[in-house]
Amino acid sequence: MVPLSWYIVLSAVVFSIGVIGFLTRRNLIIAFISIELMLNSVNISLVAFSHYLQSIKGQIMVFLVIAVAAAEAVVGLAILIALFRNKPTVNVDEINLLKG
Amino acid sequence: MLPKLFFAYFAVVIVGTSILVITRKNPIHSVLWMLVLFVHIAALYLFLNAEFLAAIQIIIYAGAILVLFLFVIMLLNLKREEMEKRFQKQWPLGVFAGMVFIVFLVLILSQIVVFPQLGPYSIQAIQSEGNLMTVGKVLYTEYLLPFEITSVILLVAIIGAVVLAKRKVN
Amino acid sequence: MLKYTLIPLLPLIAFVINILFGRNYIKDKAHWIAVPAVLGSFVLSVSVFMDVYAGNVINLNLYTWIVSGNFNVPIGFLIDQLTATMLIVVTSISSLIFIYSIGYMHGDKGYHRFFAYLSLFVFSMLILVMANNFLLLYFGWEAVGLCSYFLIGFWFEKKSAADAGKKAFIVNRFGDFGFGLGVILVFLTFGSLEYVEVFANTGSVLGQTMNILGYEVDTITVICLLLFCGAVGKSAQVPLHVWLPDAMEGPTPVSALIHAATMVTAGVFMVARCSPLFNLSPDAMTVVAVVGGITAIFAASIGLVQNDIKRIIAYSTVSQLGYMFLALGMGAYTTAIFHLYTHAYFKALLFLGSGSVIHALHNEMNIQKMGGLKKYMPVTYWTFLIASLSISGIPGLAGFFSKDEILWRAYTGGDLGKFLWVLAIVSAFMTAFYSFRLIYLTFHGKFRGTHEQEHHLHESPPVMTIPLIFLALGAVGAGWVGIPPLLMDHGDKIGEFLAPVLGHPKGEGTHSEELFVMGLSVLIGLAGIFTAFIMYLKKTDLPYKVGSAFQPVYKLLYNKYWVDELYYKTIVKPALIASDKIFLGFFDGRLIEGVVNGIPNLIGSLGQRLRKIQTGVLSHYGIIMALGALVIIGVMIFIK
Repeated sequence: MVPLSWYIVLSAVVFSIGVIGFLTRRNLIIAFISIELMLNSVNISLVAFSHYLQSIKGQIMVFLVIAVAAAEAVVGLAILIALFRNKPTVNVDEINLLKG
Repeated sequence: MLPKLFFAYFAVVIVGTSILVITRKNPIHSVLWMLVLFVHIAALYLFLNAEFLAAIQIIIYAGAILVLFLFVIMLLNLKREEMEKRFQKQWPLGVFAGMVFIVFLVLILSQIVVFPQLGPYSIQAIQSEGNLMTVGKVLYTEYLLPFEITSVILLVAIIGAVVLAKRKVN
Repeated sequence: MLKYTLIPLLPLIAFVINILFGRNYIKDKAHWIAVPAVLGSFVLSVSVFMDVYAGNVINLNLYTWIVSGNFNVPIGFLIDQLTATMLIVVTSISSLIFIYSIGYMHGDKGYHRFFAYLSLFVFSMLILVMANNFLLLYFGWEAVGLCSYFLIGFWFEKKSAADAGKKAFIVNRFGDFGFGLGVILVFLTFGSLEYVEVFANTGSVLGQTMNILGYEVDTITVICLLLFCGAVGKSAQVPLHVWLPDAMEGPTPVSALIHAATMVTAGVFMVARCSPLFNLSPDAMTVVAVVGGITAIFAASIGLVQNDIKRIIAYSTVSQLGYMFLALGMGAYTTAIFHLYTHAYFKALLFLGSGSVIHALHNEMNIQKMGGLKKYMPVTYWTFLIASLSISGIPGLAGFFSKDEILWRAYTGGDLGKFLWVLAIVSAFMTAFYSFRLIYLTFHGKFRGTHEQEHHLHESPPVMTIPLIFLALGAVGAGWVGIPPLLMDHGDKIGEFLAPVLGHPKGEGTHSEELFVMGLSVLIGLAGIFTAFIMYLKKTDLPYKVGSAFQPVYKLLYNKYWVDELYYKTIVKPALIASDKIFLGFFDGRLIEGVVNGIPNLIGSLGQRLRKIQTGVLSHYGIIMALGALVIIGVMIFIK
């Protein structure tokens, strides 16, 4: 039997990789993918908890997270397209319309 | 022993593909590695008796979201020199933050207390009426309201995406 | 009870209606609201007077105004003999003046505003006289001051009128400051502001002293002097008399109503109302008497040489108010109120008569440019003459009885009284002189104005002359309620009527002395009239000769003893310099502006620096957020 902590550590590592990806990459699409990565790592831990606690609530939560992730990806990519139309770049360090 | 070996395989593949995803120069490669990652995560879900989630992980993530990503990448048609510099100036800071995250999370997780009490959904209970039915029952009774709210969120996302991405016609 | 409430309420309602709807809806029909309201007050006042005459004194609390700890102030009315008398004076004179104003103010673009303010004034004055506690009295006191300011500056487009309004308001501030302190001290001393409680407890405070700058001073004397401060301001006594002559910038009905008949007598009323306090302080009484005596002769002497018809009457008012204070100071409160009551009629008549003259001459106020108006304006002339005879103390007319009684009270008031009596006799001579100088220059001789003016000379419309006739009746008959016992048994009805509130005047004298005083005052009055007759009708070059012979005296009087100039040099100018240099220059310019501008500048520069944090780059925000999350997690792990 695989201990719960293995899943959790796996989840933590993937989450941190997602964080690193989000913080370091210039490409906005990769940044989005990193966010998906983080959401997935959380899903792993939720499902693992659900299994080991013998509760179905974790799976429901994952279901909701997937729905929200889908919505987020759709809106995010739409924003990206709208942005790209105004300024043809996807590099986050070149997009600073909100600079104070 | 065998389950641990299997887990080790999946864990290594998941971590490895994650790193590949965030380091590829071409976003299309990243998305394709992401596909591999999602399939492995889905397999992990099967280990954890979550067949329904494994299915929608493949269908929604791999089938819908990733295709959407590919679609957008092709739509934008990025030039090669756009992708020359992969990382931002402050990348060491990001890596440092990620590393500290790993350390902290491991520190926290080592303190997790073992479960005080278990729920009613044991493996046998789920198997007796099937994973889908179990999830469905809970989702449509106890979690009906969040479920409906999810539908509203998706509706808003659809409308938002249409409004944002639509070309302005003068 | 409704009756008492309605007396002040009716003018207030008229004010509210006229001020809200006057400009757009009522316009030149404002008098249809104001006049019935004040007439209603008059009718109710008469009925209240009848009740009081029947011995029905009322102290009524309508509403609790302020409750704060043991500080408890009701809105309530005290209707006694004094209040009833004042109610009759205020409402009857107001009614006549309101009617007169219909003609006088006809066609003025502020017609509705004028009636609104007049109504508000009547309301305030009624509150002032009806109040049953010091704070409500103070409210009325300040409210009449405010109305006075509005009405003096009624023609505010004219700079002199606006300035006069401000002057009246500011000069009154000096007096009212003292009055306010007096009210506070009354509360501190007696623990209550209601007349009944305060006057009932005077015995317990007698002899109590307080420490002021190291001197032990009798508390009641301090209270009385502070209250008297207010009276000096409001009733234009020396040294705060300067505002009243300038107040003649207002419309003439205002001068008649506020600056002759009612508001300026508020000081007299207040001192009479507080007579239980003043009785206990001989020092304060002496001050009151001396200030009154000095004011009487001071103002009368200025009145001798002035040329502005309204200013002469204004100085005459100041002088007559001096007489009233003289009487108050002698302890003859009933006499003072009696003179207040008769004076109200003949002085209102003088003012309205002068208004009629000014109206006919299209705002000409210089009596040197009048003359011979007798044949053009018979009603005005005869009523004016009656008023002048009355003020000069000709036997049988109202002024004779009250003035003679004051002189008699002064004569019997010891050594100080004798001295003040001399002052009063001299001022009586002056009063007769300047009153008839005014008459002769205005109504007799030849017209000295322009042909244009002569062509338009006319008697005023009936709406103006009828109030004059009514007031003339008052100027003749008002005194018949106070005939001295010497001439008629039980003739002094008003004295007996007011005695329960104000007490009987002290002072004893023989009948022969009384006859002497009376005869002398009549002789003096006649002498004044005769002198004026000689100087201004027979030998018309005499005034000029006298003027050049006594050049310095003439200049001194003509320039009103240079009091205005003195105040300008010693108070106004230093205040202006101080406000310009210190307050505007330093406090406003440096301190306030420094703080007001400094804070936004500080925030602005801080913002300029802080905005650099906001790069607009997504990953910068991401890193900050991640580091924040790390800190939170770190705290959760390492700090239990």
